[in-house]
Amino acid sequence: MSDAVTKNPWSVLRKHTPARIGLGRSGISQPTSVQLEFQLAHAQARDAVHRPFDHDAVEVAVQALGLPTLQLHSAAADRPTYLKRPDLGRRLDEASRSRLEALEMEGRPDVAVVIADGLSALAVESHAAPFAALLRTALGAGWRWAPVAIVRQGRVAVGDPIGHALGARLVVVLIGERPGLSSPDSMGVYVTWAPRPGRVDAERNCISNVRPEGLALQAAADRLAWLLREARQRELTGVDLKDESVPALAPVNMADSFLLSGD
Amino acid sequence: MPYAHSIGSQRYVFEDLRTLMARATPARSGDELAGVAAQSSAERAAAQMALADVPLRAFLNEAVVPYEEDEVTRLIIDTHDAGAFAPLAHLTVGGLRDWLLSDQADSAALTRAARGFTPEMAAAVSKIMRHQDLILVARKCRVETRFRDTVGLPGRLSTRLQPNHPTDSAAGIAASVLDGLLYGSGDAVIGINPASDNVAQVTLLLEMLDAVIQRYEIPTQSCVLTHVTNTIQCIERGAPVDLVFQSIGGTEGTNRSFGIDLAVLGEARDAALSLERGAMFADGRRGTNVMYFETGQGSALSAQANHGCDQQTIEARAYAVARRFEPLLVNSVVGFIGPEYLYDGRQIIRAGLEDHFCAKLLGLPMGCDICYTNHAEADQNDMDTLLTLLGVAGCSFIMGIPGSDDVMLNYQTTSFHDALYARRVLGLKPAPEFEQWLEKMRITQPGSPDRLVDALPPAFGRMLEHRV
Repeated sequence: MSDAVTKNPWSVLRKHTPARIGLGRSGISQPTSVQLEFQLAHAQARDAVHRPFDHDAVEVAVQALGLPTLQLHSAAADRPTYLKRPDLGRRLDEASRSRLEALEMEGRPDVAVVIADGLSALAVESHAAPFAALLRTALGAGWRWAPVAIVRQGRVAVGDPIGHALGARLVVVLIGERPGLSSPDSMGVYVTWAPRPGRVDAERNCISNVRPEGLALQAAADRLAWLLREARQRELTGVDLKDESVPALAPVNMADSFLLSGD
Repeated sequence: MPYAHSIGSQRYVFEDLRTLMARATPARSGDELAGVAAQSSAERAAAQMALADVPLRAFLNEAVVPYEEDEVTRLIIDTHDAGAFAPLAHLTVGGLRDWLLSDQADSAALTRAARGFTPEMAAAVSKIMRHQDLILVARKCRVETRFRDTVGLPGRLSTRLQPNHPTDSAAGIAASVLDGLLYGSGDAVIGINPASDNVAQVTLLLEMLDAVIQRYEIPTQSCVLTHVTNTIQCIERGAPVDLVFQSIGGTEGTNRSFGIDLAVLGEARDAALSLERGAMFADGRRGTNVMYFETGQGSALSAQANHGCDQQTIEARAYAVARRFEPLLVNSVVGFIGPEYLYDGRQIIRAGLEDHFCAKLLGLPMGCDICYTNHAEADQNDMDTLLTLLGVAGCSFIMGIPGSDDVMLNYQTTSFHDALYARRVLGLKPAPEFEQWLEKMRITQPGSPDRLVDALPPAFGRMLEHRV
């Protein structure tokens, strides 16, 4: 760093927050290294949004768990359409609807797991199959699984027509969340009782920020298993099913606010 | 009532005023998603020509959202100031553009006219204005508000210090507050988006911010951006509430989707006023602007409450809601909603200038959250452009966040550094009370509010030595 850069001695406070504090300055502008680090983080988030979904690799990983799979595509033909038309991302294309109709199911599954790229294919490529394995263990026996659907250009609600066609009691959608600057691989988990087209967000439960640096996969799988058991027993999901497994945030501790400590 | 315009042999017909306004709107993804956008560039140009010929009186006779069904429409019509409107009542939309740009429309004339404009008139004229028109007219508008300092004086650009933390950690929030203050940020408000909506937690955050403001005698105000009903509960429990926050929209249905109506906003304002926490100013009056509102194009369609209108017209209607409650601060969170409403940097920049212009014309203390998400086709360069343009336009305030990265809401907005850039290149200063405080604390150099002192300011240096 050149001597044109003024450092900020309070950068040591970064141990308290992931926020980009104490960056220093060149005049009043951000120093070169800081600016380039930001550009890299943005580039990684952008790449996560536009990265082509390696759906075949996800299928192989899911099949390796001994679960049958089904590849589907939403009515959004490509990424630009997907980004502009959320309604198309919630529906299946013609070929996918036919494939589902032709499927012969034995009995009624308890749960249909749907893996959709959403806004970060990277998230589900990294976490969906390992998460499914943890979920199976957490749920244990007594749960009949539908084939795992892998959907390209899908939004959360695409799980509704899929779960409905499969006759599943519950649908679980594993989907890539909108990438943050420091979290390009965050996965969201949505669970809906009695899925059918027209379900609204208030009828779902959500577990977000699933990634190793956020909510760990094992903890998320345990919470989802809790939700699925409660949902099957009470025959509902959504605002009436409060997620009592969620630990509350630690209360704000005024003593931690060093701006108020004695001098 | 239908409207029409012919270009050569092609005749374009628009079935009613809301359709005409939608077709005349500069292109954006949200109007395409809603199915109300022009089908071609020529249709858009024809609609703009037809709109320019519409008399301003038409907006008082033809509501874009039915009066009987919508309390925002009733608010707009029932509080319209006929006296302020009278001198302009003979104008068309096109004539209004010419008047706004003319030398007749100086700051005093615009202030006199503000209550005579409806949001739909402001939206209509904005649709036939270029960026430079939106900037030139907004710059002439004067809107000053105050609580503990004064926002919106000419030559000033204030900032909201936004010290968000993913789990509301007191130490984490304090670190971002310190960073912001030492970069000269926070004269509009120190405002936290909390991770939790729990009333007890929100109360603790309010107490923490209040203690910091008192201890360092900072001429600013705090806000925790939780739902208005939570803030009312906080006030009932005796929490030190400076500003009441709420997201608002331009139709009754949008506001219902936010869980609010006009009555609850009025109730919250009365509760905050009863605390009398504003400063006494030199004129012997207390600062009584106690509300902080956020808006944004697209929220009505998202709530399926857009009534077939374009998103910019509905956005302008939200300003009628804001105006009712005499806020200290209003800003659109322009690029937060995502590319299905504003696709790229070009659309975000246009929307930011429109929002600022319409709100200022209607007499609001308008700022802007100059921002984007990672799935929009936008980057820091687009934000630099919008920041510079809004600075020229006389924008009241912008956001300030460490390194542009909101680690709680996962989007990018303007950094503390960005605000100093705008102040320096455009010769702008923070609010006068805050400018004096920065100098007194030895954060900025005497007489140069855009130059930071290299040495650590004494009051904070002692505290840091304790800590490190």
